[in-house]
Amino acid sequence: MNTHFSFQRLVSVARKESLHILRDPGTLFFALFIPVLELFMLGYAIDTNIRDVSTVILDQCKTTESRALIRRFETSTSFKVLPERIYTDEQLTQAIVAGRAHVGIKIPENYSRNLGRVPREKAQILVLVDGSEANIAASSLNVASALALQESLERVIQGGQGLPVELAPLILFNPDTRSANFFIPGLMVVMCQMMAIMLSANAIVREKENGTLEQLFMTPVKAPELILGKLLPYLVLTFLEFCTILLLMNVVFQVPIKGHVVTLLMLTLPFVFTFLGMGLFISTRVDTREAAGQAAMGTMMPSIFLSGYVFPLDSMPQAFYYLAQIFPTTWLIDAARGVILRGAGWRELWLHSVVLWSMGIGMFALAMLRFHKRLQ
Amino acid sequence: MTGLTIDAHGVTVRFGHFTAVNRVSLQVAPGEVFGLLGPNGSGKTTLIRGLCGLLPLAEGSAIVLGRDVSREAEAVRAQIGYMSQKFALYSDLTTRENMDFYAGIYGLSPEVAQRRKQELIDLTGLAPYLDRRGGQLSGGWKQRLALVCALLHSPRLIFLDEPTAGIDPVARRDLWNLLFRLSAEGITLVVTTHYMDEAERCARVGYIYLSNLLAVGTPQELKALPEVTPPGTHWLEIVGKDPAALLERLRDRRGVYQATIFGQSVHALADATRSAEELGLGDAQVHPTEASLEDVFVALSRNRGNGDSA
Repeated sequence: MNTHFSFQRLVSVARKESLHILRDPGTLFFALFIPVLELFMLGYAIDTNIRDVSTVILDQCKTTESRALIRRFETSTSFKVLPERIYTDEQLTQAIVAGRAHVGIKIPENYSRNLGRVPREKAQILVLVDGSEANIAASSLNVASALALQESLERVIQGGQGLPVELAPLILFNPDTRSANFFIPGLMVVMCQMMAIMLSANAIVREKENGTLEQLFMTPVKAPELILGKLLPYLVLTFLEFCTILLLMNVVFQVPIKGHVVTLLMLTLPFVFTFLGMGLFISTRVDTREAAGQAAMGTMMPSIFLSGYVFPLDSMPQAFYYLAQIFPTTWLIDAARGVILRGAGWRELWLHSVVLWSMGIGMFALAMLRFHKRLQ
Repeated sequence: MTGLTIDAHGVTVRFGHFTAVNRVSLQVAPGEVFGLLGPNGSGKTTLIRGLCGLLPLAEGSAIVLGRDVSREAEAVRAQIGYMSQKFALYSDLTTRENMDFYAGIYGLSPEVAQRRKQELIDLTGLAPYLDRRGGQLSGGWKQRLALVCALLHSPRLIFLDEPTAGIDPVARRDLWNLLFRLSAEGITLVVTTHYMDEAERCARVGYIYLSNLLAVGTPQELKALPEVTPPGTHWLEIVGKDPAALLERLRDRRGVYQATIFGQSVHALADATRSAEELGLGDAQVHPTEASLEDVFVALSRNRGNGDSA
């Protein structure tokens, strides 16, 4: 009898499953379009660096000095000085409360006078920052301080050629500190995870819902043939998605890939396995696609918030930092950033590979075991 | 070797503490069309699954096609066909793709698959619908496609779980004609159904009620059972102008055990000693008749019900 693993049966299942994918525009759309859409959203809209923060200025001094200071703000790319006329403190505050501006600057009447005094009084300016947008607030304050510092230094060394001390920070690996470079590798990983888990959870549950699984159990097809045959097309689809984002990241968002793409793909393989396995595991426990979808989303939450995708691992409380290590997502995001931004190779990433393969094989084995049990 | 297609003794299937099939013994001969009747939830589907080796038997043994289902479930399954209650094929795949998938799953070589598909397409007349998706076929054609997929691997035994539920009478008759052709080729068929007329077509019928197989036999044997037609009684068909009024009157008479309306007539079980005149039914015509299968199942179910409450 045919008690052995049959490649023919596996191929039959894989072919059938591919037909399902092609016949179901919803899945294809979900698989390929949504990630791309999200990529563009994150790539273009989300930028943690401040740029053109709307600013209003109340100049009560109206001297050459005050206008020089204003020009500094105007020429900075960080601020965009609004043409709005501000004559009183109330108007200044009002502009921020109303949300027209995130930064308000007040140059008091005595600004020039205090500058000119000998011995010098401190010339003060007031910077109001809209704290409701934490990112903008912190960065705006930094930039404003820097502008003021520059102004003061130049006044101290009047007529000198430039500043005596110049700080030249060099940021490694992401020279423009562009958000895209930070976000897209993480996005790729998270999208890949979502795809793998959703598709595989649905693949079995759909057959349960339609009653076709029962029919399959009546045939000589064996669990490994059924499962591998089903997951193979999804593996391909997930990789296709991964590569699409990788390509768009490189071409459209100009994020250079420092390391080898092959290294990255080989690290992604066990990662996808893990989540195909987890989807399978979910499908053995639930009976409807809705329930499967919810369970899959449930696994997404920690992966998004604890994996370092959005919030840096280093600034997490110790306990969460360790907790994060149990998510395969954490490991692959780190590896992806390593390969793409820092040009890391096997020498740096062997541990990631070991961890991801262990997780992948472990999860898959667990799912297979449960699936077998359900069959009995 | 018993030579029987199915030889089951004391088959019991439990789900936790619930006994879904209780000590069922059943013999089905090769080429037989065996009908399995019973209300919903009585255990018909569970019995079939047990006989296919899909569910473990808590007690008893079943030899199907010469193999023990408890020990050789895979081997048994490879030789049987199964058609489930609802359409269990892929509605987004075409007729041809569904067939190809099952041919692959059953491990048919391309030549065998090709020949077998053609045979079955000819048999069922599915040729015009090969490129239509499963979901767009009408009920009757869906069932034919399901039958084809269950027959691709040339099984010697097919289980059909309510194959005619929800399809129109013409398609139903066509399907039965198809089943008899298969039976003529020596294939054994086990069919569950709700329809009494379908049960009448079966060579032998088993009646399952509350997890127990209450009776097995040819329709004639079942109608002659003492529970159905007790000694000294006979079945009468009474035709009159107002069947409802007749029914009322009959129910009050002594010596009448059961009465029910069939269209324009009343079907009743009465003491054989009582003549038609004694029943005092006026100008209504009284003919002797035989029990219907429905009478059989009503009688068996009532008996069982009384026995349980006693």
